Amino acid sequence: MSTDYHKESFFTKYIWSTDHKIIGLQYGITALLWLLFGFILMMIMRYQLAYPESPIPIVGALLGDGGLLPPEMYNSLGAMHGTIMIFLGVVPLAFGAFGNYFLPLQIGAIDMAFPKLNATSYWMYFVGSVVMVTGFFVPGGAANSGWTSYPPLSNIATTGQTVWLCGMVFLITSSLLGSINILATVIQLRTEGMNWMRLPIFVWVQFITAFLLLLAFPPLEAASVLQLMDRLAGTSFFMPSGLVVSGVALSNAGGGSPLLWQHLFWFLAHPEVYVLILPAFGIVVEVIANNTRKPIWGYKSIVYAVVFLGFMSFIVWAHHMFITGMGTSMSSFFQTTTMIISIPSVVILTALFMSLWGASIRYNTPMLFALGFLPMFGIGGLTGLPLGLAAADIYLHDTYYVIGHFHYVVAPGTIFALFAGIYYWFPKMTGKRMNETLGKLHFFFSLIFMNGVFLPMMAQGLAGVSRRLWDGGEMYAHAAGVLYLNEVMSISAWLLGMTQIFFIVNMIISLMSKKTGESNPWGATTLDWSATTSPPLGHGNFEVVPTVYRGPYEYSVPGADKDFTPQNEKV
Amino acid sequence: MDIPFTVKERPDTGLYNGKLGIWLFLASEVMLFGGLFSAYVFLRTGAESWPVGSDILNVPMATLNTMFLITSSVTMVMSWASLKLNDFGKFKMYLGFTILLAFGFLVVKYFEYTAKFEHHLYPSTNNFLGIYFTMTGLHVLHVVGGIIVIFYFLVPGNKMWQSDPDRFVNRIEIVGLYWHFVDLVWIFLFPVFYLL
Ligand code: HEM
Ligand SMILES: [Cu+2]
Repeated sequence: MSTDYHKESFFTKYIWSTDHKIIGLQYGITALLWLLFGFILMMIMRYQLAYPESPIPIVGALLGDGGLLPPEMYNSLGAMHGTIMIFLGVVPLAFGAFGNYFLPLQIGAIDMAFPKLNATSYWMYFVGSVVMVTGFFVPGGAANSGWTSYPPLSNIATTGQTVWLCGMVFLITSSLLGSINILATVIQLRTEGMNWMRLPIFVWVQFITAFLLLLAFPPLEAASVLQLMDRLAGTSFFMPSGLVVSGVALSNAGGGSPLLWQHLFWFLAHPEVYVLILPAFGIVVEVIANNTRKPIWGYKSIVYAVVFLGFMSFIVWAHHMFITGMGTSMSSFFQTTTMIISIPSVVILTALFMSLWGASIRYNTPMLFALGFLPMFGIGGLTGLPLGLAAADIYLHDTYYVIGHFHYVVAPGTIFALFAGIYYWFPKMTGKRMNETLGKLHFFFSLIFMNGVFLPMMAQGLAGVSRRLWDGGEMYAHAAGVLYLNEVMSISAWLLGMTQIFFIVNMIISLMSKKTGESNPWGATTLDWSATTSPPLGHGNFEVVPTVYRGPYEYSVPGADKDFTPQNEKV
Repeated sequence: MDIPFTVKERPDTGLYNGKLGIWLFLASEVMLFGGLFSAYVFLRTGAESWPVGSDILNVPMATLNTMFLITSSVTMVMSWASLKLNDFGKFKMYLGFTILLAFGFLVVKYFEYTAKFEHHLYPSTNNFLGIYFTMTGLHVLHVVGGIIVIFYFLVPGNKMWQSDPDRFVNRIEIVGLYWHFVDLVWIFLFPVFYLL
């Protein structure tokens, strides 16, 4: 224990820290700021969509051109909103922050397996994220070919696309290091008695997520390298022969294929959507088990479902490519695997609903967000089925229906779960409590406005309005009937933004409040709550490294003296 | 408190942390090169015509390079084995050979590349050359990375042999695993580009 108590400089304590808790907080704060930034970009886009002819208020002055938003700029905002939300916001928060902070605590480890790699991984992410947004300052603006960066468009796009690719290489390296660390930690550092079937579900989902990141990201790295070569060295990997741009024939050798990019991209990006949702499942399970005060229903079926889901997620990618003309036998294969992969999600959701059955539920803020997650993710999941069927997708592809579908999964889905996690673990990280009234206001208004934004998208999409339209569909006759919804959605989006003020204020006043002194305020069974103080000790986490004697969710055990029996309580 | 299993194996997994870490890293590297090899297959099957590798590339030089890398893998194992047998002198000698062979590989590769450029054969000339330069270039980067790490353990990093010998042996084992992987990638690249 000797080396742990020497005085640390500010630099080693907060900047180049190797303590997983500090790194978790670094990830969390950075990711929340990026989420806010991505949200602001979206609010600008929503103004353009609602009032295409009028200048943008407040930020309009930055745009020149009388404050009007040029179409290229709209494209940049869209591509960057998507990229930032996914790669700089949700994944670093769900995996980097929550994974780093709570996974070692839950398995009784004193730190991650490779603390220095851990710090490197955070700083790679930080640099990558900064590189990503410097795109806004290069000639032609930030990347504007969508977060999917489909060539040939992206190959001939402005410099911003090169910046995007470079940023991506940093982010991929970061997530590679992060995932190796999580995997090694779970495999090697589980404390005595913590066998696989005693792991909290949160640990399981992080473990599978890490596998997805480890194996799915490298093909995108390969694709990024190939696209960089196309853009900088003049190769034609993604450039078909005979391409003519604005009336001028390109001088490339040609012979490449845009479809190659789509395959490599979606080989990453489909597992990526499970990277966005699995950690959310984990958080929701922890919160629901804790607030129903009974064991989670079907622990084993959830574990098997998560493992199966992780495996299947590698063989469904081409359901994003039904209309590329890749052929009917390919389509039937991927349509079948897609229907199969929906089963484990249903298993998980069912297990969670069954857990609610007959429980005396505590309706605190984390629980409300977790409960809100269930139907919202349900809508997101069910609206995805038609997209997985080739015949229906031919009509729905690239419409606002798709935007509505996946936002139900990631916004009122994952983001709600992440809020649940923040409210649930805030006392652990700070030793303080968050305000319940503000929390509940935050939840109810968020729930209303989230649906206000995303439900109308479905209607627009079914009417055939395309996504990535700069004028919100104004120039299309078939959109006329649903055009008024643009204003409804935009106002909801801004009100949703305002609602987040409840959260920010709550954060600030809670951080300034006094410590409560309780280490386990929710009466939870997992080691993060039962074996350490709140906040946990600096280096080393535990006074004594705990030993585990039982499963993770022993709530209301008959004959026990209290309604929860911690994992480290002797039999 | 120290993190457990940094040097000794964990009984139920039979691995120390670093070894597991490098295996995971190599798994992701397999996916990286796997992605590129798939891209190669995709481009080739979709192409109207595809040159015969041996018409453009220099097979004897690549054969020499293959020998270099295979031998360097052997010397790498020897250096680790010498360390296990407590023979620090031999360890340094074999590790030195490994670096020399790796340099030999780079020199040959340099001549190969410049010969292509002199004949105005660039990555942009056609997709065969494009993917050839991309994949072998990425492999060269891996060789350079390997040289840096091996050099570190040969000279500045070898003090650990005094302070923490078990850990040092582990480090060399890990570097060795990485080096064998770099070798293995070349063993795929060679037939795919030069012979098929
Ligand atoms: C919470 C409020 C959010 C709102 C109101 C919102 C709104 C929007 C809008 C209006 C678009 C543009 C549609 C178009 O022009 O085609 C968009 C695109 C997108 N959003 Fe969001 N978004 C939100 C959150 C998120 C989150 C949390 C994520 C990811 C985790 C996300 C990922 C994306 C992606 C990937 C795109 C597609 C970008 C592209 O076209 O390439 N969004 N969103
Ligand atoms: Cu998908």
